[in-house]
Amino acid sequence: MEHLTNKDFTSDQEVRWCPGCGDYTILRAIQKALPALGKKKEDFVFISGIGCSSRFPYYMNTYGFHTIHGRAPAFATGVKLANPKLSVWQITGDGDALAIGGNHFIHALRRNIDINILLFNNEIYGLTKGQFSPTSKKGIKTKSNPHGTTDEPFSPSDLAIGAQGSFFARVVDTNPKLMQKIFIEAEEHRGTSLIEILQNCVIFNDKTFASITGKEVKENAQLILEDGKPMLFGAEMNNGIILNGFKLEVVTVGENNVTEEDILTHNAKEQDPTLHAMLARMRPPEFPAALGIIRAVSRQTFDEGILNQLEYEKENAKFKTVDELLKSGETWEVES
Amino acid sequence: MDTNTKIVDLEKVVIKFAGDSGDGMQLTGTQFTDTSALLGNDLATFPDYPAEIRAPQGTVAGVSGFQIHIGRIDINTPGDIADVLVAMNPAALKANKNWIKKGGTIILNIDTFAKRDLEKAGYETSPLEDNSFEGYNIIQAPITKLTREALKDSGLDGKSIGRSKNMFALGIIYWMFNRPMEQTEKFLQNKFAKQPEVVAANIKIMHAGYNFADTIEALPSSYTVLSANLKAGTYRNVMGNQAIAWGFLAAAERANKQLFLGSYPITPASDILHELAKHKNLGVKTFQAEDEIAGICSAIGASFTGSLAITTTSGPGLALKGEGLGLAIMAELPLVVVNVQRGGPSTGLPTKTEQSDLMQALYGRNGESPSVVLASSTPGNCFDWAYMASKITLEHNTPVVLLSDGYLGNGAEPWKIKSTMDMPEIHPSIAIEGEEYQPYARDEETLARKLALPGTKGLEHRLGGLEKEDITGNVSYDPENHENMADIRSEKINRIADIIPNQKIFGKEEGDLLVVGWGGTHGSLYSGVDNLLKTGEKIALCQFNYINPLPKNTAEIFSKYKKIVVCELNSGQFANYLRMNFQGTIFHQYNKIQGFPFTTSELESHFKTLLSK
Ligand SMILES: Cc1ncc(C[n+]2csc(CCOP(=O)(O)OP(=O)(O)O)c2C)c(N)n1
Ligand code: SF4
Ligand SMILES: [Mg+2]
Repeated sequence: MEHLTNKDFTSDQEVRWCPGCGDYTILRAIQKALPALGKKKEDFVFISGIGCSSRFPYYMNTYGFHTIHGRAPAFATGVKLANPKLSVWQITGDGDALAIGGNHFIHALRRNIDINILLFNNEIYGLTKGQFSPTSKKGIKTKSNPHGTTDEPFSPSDLAIGAQGSFFARVVDTNPKLMQKIFIEAEEHRGTSLIEILQNCVIFNDKTFASITGKEVKENAQLILEDGKPMLFGAEMNNGIILNGFKLEVVTVGENNVTEEDILTHNAKEQDPTLHAMLARMRPPEFPAALGIIRAVSRQTFDEGILNQLEYEKENAKFKTVDELLKSGETWEVES
Repeated sequence: MDTNTKIVDLEKVVIKFAGDSGDGMQLTGTQFTDTSALLGNDLATFPDYPAEIRAPQGTVAGVSGFQIHIGRIDINTPGDIADVLVAMNPAALKANKNWIKKGGTIILNIDTFAKRDLEKAGYETSPLEDNSFEGYNIIQAPITKLTREALKDSGLDGKSIGRSKNMFALGIIYWMFNRPMEQTEKFLQNKFAKQPEVVAANIKIMHAGYNFADTIEALPSSYTVLSANLKAGTYRNVMGNQAIAWGFLAAAERANKQLFLGSYPITPASDILHELAKHKNLGVKTFQAEDEIAGICSAIGASFTGSLAITTTSGPGLALKGEGLGLAIMAELPLVVVNVQRGGPSTGLPTKTEQSDLMQALYGRNGESPSVVLASSTPGNCFDWAYMASKITLEHNTPVVLLSDGYLGNGAEPWKIKSTMDMPEIHPSIAIEGEEYQPYARDEETLARKLALPGTKGLEHRLGGLEKEDITGNVSYDPENHENMADIRSEKINRIADIIPNQKIFGKEEGDLLVVGWGGTHGSLYSGVDNLLKTGEKIALCQFNYINPLPKNTAEIFSKYKKIVVCELNSGQFANYLRMNFQGTIFHQYNKIQGFPFTTSELESHFKTLLSK
């Protein structure tokens, strides 16, 4: 197999996001991650809905389809079912996936179709110029709610877990290395891999994630989870997460008799989603935000299930051609 | 058979089974249909059931009916009114009182005519005691009582015993029409293979009904309907929805494509999904999506990936699919959208037939978004139109809307079995590895672009709903390009008129009245016109299956008649479409929006009025 580089995945189209938009780093991270997967370029398909983020497929030199608002999971499902050998990536925004496309989003996760969903969460509608979205912080003032929103936001992780999602990861647009690593692992996971990317919209919602990604705060505001490793974070890696009763708590190793043994060890493969949900909900200032792969459990994929049935039926069914079907059942002859 | 009974030979007869929706009338009707088909009768059926699965028992709203028209001669409709009515309760009698021929035979389950039953049906006094049915041959059969009696030692519970009543009625009708019972016996043995006691009970009751009819003197004669003069060949019964499913299977096999169906259940289209879901052995992938939008979008995804992709629905579902269909038009991808029409607007009349989604199919989308529109016109030719829809969409890479309706979808008729090899070849328009590829370069003649399927080396490209630059397919906001592309999308469809056959007519080549119809009204319009032709009228029928584009000789046909009347089950959608396309031609209209097909007699009398003016 020829060796591919990020250049092979770069299309000839001029990239048109606003200068400084977080989407650029995500695009570069994907273009760098794909060659590492050892797949053929023609086997990648990028499917998007509508939004700034959804322009993404035009910039990838792969098969791509920029579809309609909110429905990308349905298109991606059709692509994957039609040809399960393809590596299918869905690009979506917080409005696209969680407002107009909420229904398709939860059902893709429920079925566990083997696709990767990159959810560009900028907590705003970028393309339509700055209305609030289902993830916007309560009270934010936008053009469509100048007096501040009264909507309660929800978190993609809660939807994913509620819908029996088998893979949930979170990354930030300021950490390209982590993005690349997680994109690769997402593709290797069999089933619907949902990656929430905290993405900065410089124009309509600048710095909405500053309390997580800000240079001065990030060491204490980010917990990068690794499977099988203790949940430690901070400049000295001596802050950690423990379970106190039914609640998570931040502690410091070496203080109040806390030792490293007391710190929770991350188990992304645990089927019970309770702890995963609690970790995914953590937010500064009380907690660091959890990044990395929060949940990756194994269960049958939708495409696998369908293929198995198809194979079985082909082997065992009465007829193998349409003509045999047409002639089956009660028939009678009319003579001339 | 009692030797005193005369056997009378009939040309054709209409029988209606009616009862409570739990009385098993659909099954009874289907059994009679299958047996008659095996005897070689031509036939047409019309199941008519309530929208509720179990409407209040004994009420007129809960009546479920199955009408069947069998004959030795060409049968094109399920018949206007019944010669024989089986009514399992007073509500069934009341619901059908205007649909039974004067002097016809009515077989009643007299055990259901107690005061309470009459009240539920809304009768104050028994219709048998006043003179409502004077002149009819009323057979009062104690069906419930005799069924209970016959099965009292069967070991079955009361509920199961009650359920076999319909077999008694079927037995009576089998006797009346001199039909063998083997086919139904075989059916029962298969259906209840695991419950031999149920098989035995049902067969016993059917024989009890048969013997009852043979013994009572009330039925003076037994009738027979000889086999029809059908073209030689092997036949079977098909229903429209089944034939549509099979047409797609045949097309996929001939085109060497995987068939993909993305769909969301809706009456009366769900049976297409059910039928295709059975045939995974033939490689078809069916996907029951979370809604109609996901149904069409998954199909478009599969089409982009190289499948013959279809989505099936009824009116309200087509409304939801509008945006997706627009994308398929813009992306110039093959896709067939089947709309089995029902009464609208909104939820409307889910179990009744109508042709009121024509404008929706032609124009129900944002932007200039022309689509090919085809309509099937008999249960059997649903096969051919599903096949043609597939052929056109795959060869021209543009979506096709195929209109059927509840009447065709649920109706059955004998079908001369076709071989897939009888169907025309299909040549999908697809680029191959190594070829110079421009996503929006076109075939000079058809203007179809080529697809390049994911997985093909070197042909990576991006599609989308934003306007495309001619040839390259890159996003373009250029004003001239937009207009050019809009013209191309429309011209591409117009050019399909070059490859479709000329429109045919039935009847006089020129004359006084041209009856114009489209889609599912074929049977009734044909019968109406045929009857008037026999009386010497200069009349003809022009029934359209190609709606957009229209066949090229349409204007020429229209020019040959003094009057044109467009008959449709809506308030004039096709008539208005023709007015747009043939300005200056006068189109009279005959419309009906009652959820029922036209009757032959109402058509005939309307045509006569038009002819005499
Ligand atoms: C059917 C439909 N409704 C509305 C729109 C307008 N629209 C386009 S993108 C968008 C919101 C995009 O927000 P998001 O998904 O968060 O993407 P972002 O631009 O922030 O990346 C809306 C409302 C549309 N294109 N189609
Ligand atoms: S509006 Fe926001 S999200 Fe959209 S391109 Fe500009 S910065 Fe990015
Ligand atoms: Mg957004």
